[in-house]
Amino acid sequence: MTGRPLAQRPAALALNRAAAHPLAKPLLFLLCLGPLAGWIWAGSQGGLGANPAETLLRGTGLWTLRFLCLVLAVTPLRVWAGLVALARWRRLLGLVAFFYALLHFLAYAWLDMGFDPAAVARDLGKRPFALVGFVAFVGLLPLAATSWNGAIRWLGAARWRALHRLVYGIAMLGLLHFVWMRASKNRASEAAVYALILGVLFVARWLHAHRTKSRPSGRQPTSPPK
Amino acid sequence: MPLIRRAPQDTGFNHPVPSEITSPALYARRREWLQRAGAGSAALALPWLAGTARAQSASPPGRLPALPAQRSTVAGALVMERPTAYDDVTGYNNFYEFGPDKAAPARHAGRLKTRPWTVVVEGEVRKPGTYDLDALLKLAPMEERIYRLRCVEGWSMVIPWIGWSLAHLIRRVEPTGNAKYIEFSTLADPQQMPQVSGRLLEWPYTDGLRLDEAMHPLTLLAFGLYGEILPNQNGAPLRLVVPWKYGFKGPKSIVRIRFVERQPVSTWMRSSPGEYGFYANVNPNVDHPRWSQASERRIGEDGLFTRKRATLMFNGYEAQVGSLYAGMDLQRHF
Repeated sequence: MTGRPLAQRPAALALNRAAAHPLAKPLLFLLCLGPLAGWIWAGSQGGLGANPAETLLRGTGLWTLRFLCLVLAVTPLRVWAGLVALARWRRLLGLVAFFYALLHFLAYAWLDMGFDPAAVARDLGKRPFALVGFVAFVGLLPLAATSWNGAIRWLGAARWRALHRLVYGIAMLGLLHFVWMRASKNRASEAAVYALILGVLFVARWLHAHRTKSRPSGRQPTSPPK
Repeated sequence: MPLIRRAPQDTGFNHPVPSEITSPALYARRREWLQRAGAGSAALALPWLAGTARAQSASPPGRLPALPAQRSTVAGALVMERPTAYDDVTGYNNFYEFGPDKAAPARHAGRLKTRPWTVVVEGEVRKPGTYDLDALLKLAPMEERIYRLRCVEGWSMVIPWIGWSLAHLIRRVEPTGNAKYIEFSTLADPQQMPQVSGRLLEWPYTDGLRLDEAMHPLTLLAFGLYGEILPNQNGAPLRLVVPWKYGFKGPKSIVRIRFVERQPVSTWMRSSPGEYGFYANVNPNVDHPRWSQASERRIGEDGLFTRKRATLMFNGYEAQVGSLYAGMDLQRHF
């Protein structure tokens, strides 16, 4: 291994520079809205299929899970690939994940339950898999609510960080919600892909936490030990 | 014709002649017209939002060979509801042999060869035999029946089927006193059906009926829909339709009909015994373990924000079939 810090290797350097471009974030934001734009476009063309409600419900759920994977990938990519500039995208990705979760919940409550709180409550009581999804959604609320800089000052960085570690539990619940929905139809393959991705991300995160803890200074290593 | 018309002796600096300038009034009128046209096309383009705007008709779409039929006179065979659009009936299917997604059957079922086709009738019958498709097509007069179809997943359609009551075939083969149930088996050919080599379900797909259910005049052996032969994705060349049961009780592309003494174990019972029972009667009061069955969404008709409609007991066929289940505990025999 060379002694050059990961973040200064050519590939990482190019990516970090691109990510730091002032247009990068607005572009990312537009990209994140792609699925939503796709549904609106498809809807206007009658392209949401025979059962548009189902298409939207499934689609918003799937994209929530995908953005949760993306946001959880930020720290491992920063640490293990030296993509330090990704850190500035994390909040945006997190809020987008929340946005799709909100759309997913709205699609469920509105298109499936007719915006009837009593029907929602009955349904959540009856379907454990739906309840798990709902708990995951509720868990995202405090994270989204404390996503602004003032909240970090107000809570203090340590408490803020502890609160936002909830996202790991939420991702687990989201995965469980997805696997459970597919249960009994023997369609595990798609869920297995997300389980694998989240598993790898969790292990990477755990290894990182373990390494920084064993380091007395608690500082991030800028290069692997020689 | 030149793309840019120039005034005579145009040097490039000439102003347009006044007659070529659009008057502000005309300009405004054009804007208004364009806006109206835009709004109109938006309204046309958003039927999924409002529902009901799709063109509906039960006339043959002209995609497949016609299958002439007379209107059925069986009680309850012609519901007075608007048939679901042909494209939805043939584009939104559960036919797992061709894939688990609703659009997969329409995409992959073209590979299915529906001729030659034979159906083996066997078991507790005095006249077992192998029936050729052409013989079956002529076995009884074809009838058109407009049935509600309710899927266990919570959606519904109205489909103009063509076929004849299964009872015609049953009487012809003369079941013995031991025949209490009928088991249907469908084609499971990995050459033609991509998922049959996978483990989605146990193949071949089988399902069954009690003999009196099978003899009920509403129980239809269907060979067509919308005035034409069945599209492959809907179970060509012949399938069962039992309108008061969930859609999965209608096996598609049937190759074997066996008369048996014991209650058969269907594919879905084997796959998930806690969720799918033998009877699978549409019943708003008995939930699926993972979701309510009290309501349903009518495909293509209920708009995106329309409240789902209430599911009817026995899918609305209670008057015709309720007596079949008199005294039975439908919570237990689900």
